[in-house]
Amino acid sequence: MSEHPLLTVEALACERDDRLLFRDLAFTARGGDIWQVAGPNGAGKTTLLRILAGLFGFYEGTLSWHQDLVLRQAMLYLGHRPGLREELSPLENLTWLSALHGQRDDNALLAALAAVGLAGFEDLPVAHLSAGQKRRVALARLWLPGKPIWILDEPFTAIDAEGIALVEQRLRHHAEQGGLVIYTSHHRLAADTRQILLGRGAARVQP
Amino acid sequence: MSGFSATLRREVLLASRSPADMVNPLFFFVVVVSLFPLAVPPTPGLLEAMAPGVVWVAALLAVMLSLDGLFRSDEEAGVLDQLLVAPVELYFTVLAKVLAHWLLTGLPLVLVAPLLGYMLQLPAEVLGSLLLGLLLGTPTLMFIGAIGAALTVGLRRGSMLLALLVLPLYIPVLVFGAGSLGRALEGLPVSPVMAVLGAMLAMAMSLGPFAVALGLRISSGD
Repeated sequence: MSEHPLLTVEALACERDDRLLFRDLAFTARGGDIWQVAGPNGAGKTTLLRILAGLFGFYEGTLSWHQDLVLRQAMLYLGHRPGLREELSPLENLTWLSALHGQRDDNALLAALAAVGLAGFEDLPVAHLSAGQKRRVALARLWLPGKPIWILDEPFTAIDAEGIALVEQRLRHHAEQGGLVIYTSHHRLAADTRQILLGRGAARVQP
Repeated sequence: MSGFSATLRREVLLASRSPADMVNPLFFFVVVVSLFPLAVPPTPGLLEAMAPGVVWVAALLAVMLSLDGLFRSDEEAGVLDQLLVAPVELYFTVLAKVLAHWLLTGLPLVLVAPLLGYMLQLPAEVLGSLLLGLLLGTPTLMFIGAIGAALTVGLRRGSMLLALLVLPLYIPVLVFGAGSLGRALEGLPVSPVMAVLGAMLAMAMSLGPFAVALGLRISSGD
């Protein structure tokens, strides 16, 4: 897997509302990598992730996923909004989302919810949960199998220190299994995490 | 197709959690149609002559008012992004969403219409034409309106624009729909007009979801 890059980005530039967000962004991501997209507010972190996920098409430059890869099959995208309807319970929300991805295994969903510490909250409307718990429901999808590429927008928002450690550990585990993680956050996973730094219309890649 | 049935089930579940969204269009329809006889002079035959227009205009507006929120709550919750990145064809999920919306808000209008027709002094023989016309017409209005709802989903106050976008497209349905009832009142055969309404439904239902899917992608910025 790590022989061939999963994602190659060359000379990527994006402009929004007549403001240059970033330009000359180039990087190559392989299976087993964890990439952090960092930068000040409004630097274009979310926009970059939406471009990578195929949700935003107004950019210049080239972006190519590995040819054997069907992006929508392989990708798990979690936006900065949790993507849950408040009227439905966590289990109902996840059941529908995983049905869209061709997965229907209630036990796996229950296990995933238990893994994020929401055992016993499965059937409560999401509206009754706290912001951190809502984020945990969305993050429970990280415990479902079958998605080698994770694109996560601010996965650590609103969750407590214990939750952050749990998610961190999950991201590392995923990378060790050969998966690719690209996430935005101000929180750096480890000193050797690869970084894309956005800001002031420029983009820097480390290392 | 698993996305289709799962989405259908989810929409029914969502509607059962907030029944007000489902009841409002029906309430609007019933109130508008039942206020009409009180406002027009009691000239014999006047109500009957106006009934096709009144019922169809009220049904059209009720459908249009119900459409504004069709994709908005999903958009606000970030669910729309999940729909766009999912590996199922957006065509089928959109089809399921609009069909569910019609079953929950459109079908009740259709079913209550004969009762309102009776109140407007329509003869019992034409109530069948009223029912059939609305049965073919309201889903057409839903699918056309869903295109407008998809295009205006990103706008906070999109309902006015939605009306401007879809009203011109509603006019043929209104003309033929009210026309079918008018013909029935004159004792003329209604099947040619029903065939046209059926053709419009077939087109709106088969091509509409494509346009809706495209509209949603445009609204998301792709």
